[in-house]
Amino acid sequence: MTHDDDIVHATRRRFLTDAAALAGSLGLGLSLTVTPARATPETMRAAIKKVVGEASLQKGKVKLDLPPLVENGNVVSVSVSVDSPMTATDHVKAIHIFNEKNPLPDVLGVRLGPRAGRASFSTRIRLADTQTITAIAELSDGTFWSASVEVIVTLAACVEVL
Amino acid sequence: MARALINVPAKAKRGEIIEIKTLIQHEMETGFRVGTNGQVIPRDIITDFICKYNGEEIFRADLHPAISANPFFTFFTVATESGTISFEWSGDNGFAVSETATITVE
Repeated sequence: MTHDDDIVHATRRRFLTDAAALAGSLGLGLSLTVTPARATPETMRAAIKKVVGEASLQKGKVKLDLPPLVENGNVVSVSVSVDSPMTATDHVKAIHIFNEKNPLPDVLGVRLGPRAGRASFSTRIRLADTQTITAIAELSDGTFWSASVEVIVTLAACVEVL
Repeated sequence: MARALINVPAKAKRGEIIEIKTLIQHEMETGFRVGTNGQVIPRDIITDFICKYNGEEIFRADLHPAISANPFFTFFTVATESGTISFEWSGDNGFAVSETATITVE
């Protein structure tokens, strides 16, 4: 009787450990081949810190225009405009765009000057996931202003397998 | 040679804010996609775009893989004098394209 119990227990134990090992290896394999490293809110903060440095980041002045629902993450039109007179003494020096969940946190960095006349531009970007996009403007007086927009992405870009 | 499309108004009044639109043909391969052979396709993107008005830089962009294929930019500048507006794109694998447009300011 004890002998039979041993066999039952041994096989069950064996089955469980084998199953766990298999699942583990499969899961690891999948995560290595399918999902590349993604930017996270932390890496976005680190990328923002690289631009802003020790200066404080204030909300406002920047208008970030993105469609709230994106059907195709490969082509997302973005426009950024900053409330600034764009004179020699008071103008926007740079505008940066960051994201949370693409493989890399940086999207675009733009340098402008008083010659621009209007602190505004538009372009088209890729988005890998539903996430928050942040735009930061650096003004000539050394202050930084930001705006964030949340977008829902139904078809992801960047990471598709051919 | 990659094709580039540029839209600059031919004529403008002095001091007027004009809109410039540019579009260039480029794959903008991110370097994160896996090809049919299981290998990652190497990155091939445009990294820099510079626009100069009579030699003076008015707009510059640092591009990252998150910019869509065929990068498109719309931006503004003040029409100060007649002359040429030049556009330069440069990127990975020695990619370099330049274009110019002329503007008459009255």
